[in-house]
Amino acid sequence: MSTKSAIKDVFGGFKSLLIGLRITLDQFFRRKITVYYPRETLKMPDRFRGHIELVLDPVTGKSRCTACLLCERACPSSCIHVEGAKLEGAKTKSVTDYHLNFTTCSLCGSCIEACPFDAIQFSKVYNVVGTSRADFDNMDLVKQLAEKRQGWTPPPAAAPPADPPVAPPSPPPTPEASKTP
Amino acid sequence: MTATKEVIYAGGGSLSALPQETFILNVGPQHPAAHGVLRILMEMDGEWITSAEPIVGYIHRMHEKMGENRTYAKFLPNTSRIDYLAAMHYTHAFVGVVERAAKIEVPLRAEYIRVIVAELQRISSHLVGWGAWIMDLGGLTPILYAFDDREKILDLFEHICGARLTYCYHRFGGVCNDVDDFFLQGTRDFVPYMRKRLKMYRDLVTDNIIVRKRLEGIGIMDAEMCRRYGATGPVLRGAGVPYDVRRAEPYSIYAQFDFEIPHYPQGDSMARYLVRMDEMEQSLRIIEQALDQIPAGPVMGKVPRVLRLPAGDYCYAVEAGRGRFMIRLVSDGKDTAYRLKLRTPCLSNLSPFAEACRGMILPDALAMLGSLDLVIPDIDR
Amino acid sequence: MIDFLMSEPVLVVLRLVIYLVAIMAFVGLNAAYLVLAERKGAGWFQRRPGPVEVGPWGLLQPIADGLKLIAKQTIVPPGTDGLLFRMAPALVLAPALMCLVTIPYGDTIFGRNINVGLLMVFSFGSINVFAIMLGGWASRNKFAVISAARIVSQNVAYEIPMLLVVITMMMVTGTLDLQQIVGQQAGGFWQWNIFRSIWDIKAGALGGNPLVWVTFLIFFICMLAETNRAPFDMAEAESELVAGAFTEYAGFSWGLFFMGEYANIVVGCSMATVLFLGGWQSPIGAVPVSWGVLGSLLGVGMFFAKMYALIFIVIWIRWTFPRTQFYGLLNLSWKILIPTSLFTLLLTGALITLRAIYEH
Repeated sequence: MSTKSAIKDVFGGFKSLLIGLRITLDQFFRRKITVYYPRETLKMPDRFRGHIELVLDPVTGKSRCTACLLCERACPSSCIHVEGAKLEGAKTKSVTDYHLNFTTCSLCGSCIEACPFDAIQFSKVYNVVGTSRADFDNMDLVKQLAEKRQGWTPPPAAAPPADPPVAPPSPPPTPEASKTP
Repeated sequence: MTATKEVIYAGGGSLSALPQETFILNVGPQHPAAHGVLRILMEMDGEWITSAEPIVGYIHRMHEKMGENRTYAKFLPNTSRIDYLAAMHYTHAFVGVVERAAKIEVPLRAEYIRVIVAELQRISSHLVGWGAWIMDLGGLTPILYAFDDREKILDLFEHICGARLTYCYHRFGGVCNDVDDFFLQGTRDFVPYMRKRLKMYRDLVTDNIIVRKRLEGIGIMDAEMCRRYGATGPVLRGAGVPYDVRRAEPYSIYAQFDFEIPHYPQGDSMARYLVRMDEMEQSLRIIEQALDQIPAGPVMGKVPRVLRLPAGDYCYAVEAGRGRFMIRLVSDGKDTAYRLKLRTPCLSNLSPFAEACRGMILPDALAMLGSLDLVIPDIDR
Repeated sequence: MIDFLMSEPVLVVLRLVIYLVAIMAFVGLNAAYLVLAERKGAGWFQRRPGPVEVGPWGLLQPIADGLKLIAKQTIVPPGTDGLLFRMAPALVLAPALMCLVTIPYGDTIFGRNINVGLLMVFSFGSINVFAIMLGGWASRNKFAVISAARIVSQNVAYEIPMLLVVITMMMVTGTLDLQQIVGQQAGGFWQWNIFRSIWDIKAGALGGNPLVWVTFLIFFICMLAETNRAPFDMAEAESELVAGAFTEYAGFSWGLFFMGEYANIVVGCSMATVLFLGGWQSPIGAVPVSWGVLGSLLGVGMFFAKMYALIFIVIWIRWTFPRTQFYGLLNLSWKILIPTSLFTLLLTGALITLRAIYEH
């Protein structure tokens, strides 16, 4: 190529280097985007997919699961194992054992969509930790539900249901870093 | 200026050729360059490559066989994992082929949502490919800027479907969750932010003289070579052929949108680079139009409880980030497929590499490999 | 006895020994903390904090890294040349230490002021590439040899423009003695060579080097290439794909190579400061940088400020640009830098001759 264009190439190239340097220096002085986990944590959005958990019905304080096995059949990875029994005086079966093999679960949500009673949901647990493999490949959801039940109180005695006040829609959650201890 | 050399093969050539001793160099399957488990068996004469043979199969997970053993609904999680950077595209293709076969109606709002998430996925995929490629060239900073942008897209996706990489968001007949105002507003805010960032990347990387010297004229794959190997996507558009599945075989509602198909005639790594940067801009245009036009309504159509497709041969093609992804579904009337063929773009994009890298020196060949933007699980399925 | 200890030769030797120990400590600390500075700088350019866990702001990180390196075993592969293999890391570090002896950090803070100091620094600076070649050769690994040969050809290519610009500055300063070069730049920042060479018109005639900024730029680029820093580091970063020159070195030997690289950066930036930026002179004439012990320390502070600013620019360049290709690197040197530096050399020579003619 001609000398003139070669010289122009050199100057233009050098200028492009200076522009690049200015951009990185500009980024140098900006706020860091790192979240200092575990001292800070992020707030999970509402639809976050943690491992599934049994839903604690706020009225009865028990699980809504009737061990119909639809979730077990819907799972592509065969990671759910449910057993149930009919208790004395109950109309339907209730769940006695609900084992989840989280090591093969792909968090697809087929089980939740298959359940006709809304008995399971995604939890918000994102930092699962355990000390043995059994903590993951044999998650006992009934036991986890019993632990959650500790904080449950039965609702007050039934008054005739009044029209519930129309609450304004709550503002959407923001997915920014929040310093939660 | 490239460094190529007429290699005199041992025993060949009519000149008084000295037999050159070549040695075998194995690049991969583990290497720090961010490609994945790809093994390339190179025969090298000193610095120059005389032949290269990609050996794939290190991450073969038998998705097509799983497609034969699972019902259609149970195969949905698989589709996100074939190419994890094009999860929305691939799931769209799968639900698209089933909808085409079972004649399921998809509501218009769901179609718009599918287009928006597909274009966001395209931007996210190009950001990863671009960042990893510049990291291969030695620039370790732009990948972190790209991942910062990608965090915004992933936060939006996490808001609507709860997952950040393997979404499983599409369902037969629509999408599983509706999008709310937060997502729509977030996407609307994302578009000008991304435009600003694209300008920054143009100043920082595209115009940079070092990057230009490393990419211009390197790794030329012309249109004829691409046609022979069936390369699609930015590889083909970087060779001057304006082929895009969204225009050639319009699917979903892409026919309604006004966007260009960027293509550059040179066929070198720089052309493929520019195609990807321009595609991100065009995706932003499509997202803007979709956000303006999205109607209210349901997001799921009517789907039979147990899905049995009528016997026959169906296919559906989408334009994924890397090229043309097509699913061919052969059904024999049962509730699982008889044959599920996944035509993935990366295998066809990788194939011309063996021919194009002859005579190049190794770092140039690896820069060219980065320009193909390969995702190895996509090759092996 | 006391008379003997206080006598001139003994004091000179004592001073030299103290200074050598101080240099080794300085190089060691620099190598350790420049690594930290590089990682923090890299982090900040990438909008993340860099090391923060070990010690406040990560300040104890280099100690942890050093302990880790010392704890690793240096494996000497069989079939290698044992003596050369073990010697190569030390040979990389030694010339840098030698160069630092003669660089003046303050008015009275220098090891031994040699009247051909400039020559000495650049002679010793060229030896380290020889040691890298030894290291690559002694590794008995064909990729290490190829990589080391690449480093040698890169260094030779960039040695030439570097020496041409040094000769240009030598013509401007008229002396090889580093302390005198710094002494000439006293008075204020406009007296520093990088500015003075443009405007200094003694007795109304032309003199000096009006293209001194180009000269400085060429010197800086050559310094980056000599020390194998990005964007010219493909010989050692090619180790991501194929083996580099230092593959067979593990543990503290590798640490010594690394220390050698950072020591070379310190030497290069120190020479840039001395030749162009006024050494230990202050930017304002009033500050007494040559008044006693306090003044000397103030001069050292000025020197370090300028030197570390240049090192920041070296780190900044590394984290902004990708690597050049090998032939691009050689093209830059042979086709662009050498003609430019020859041109500035001839221009300076012509102007000085014109001034000499004018003055007669």
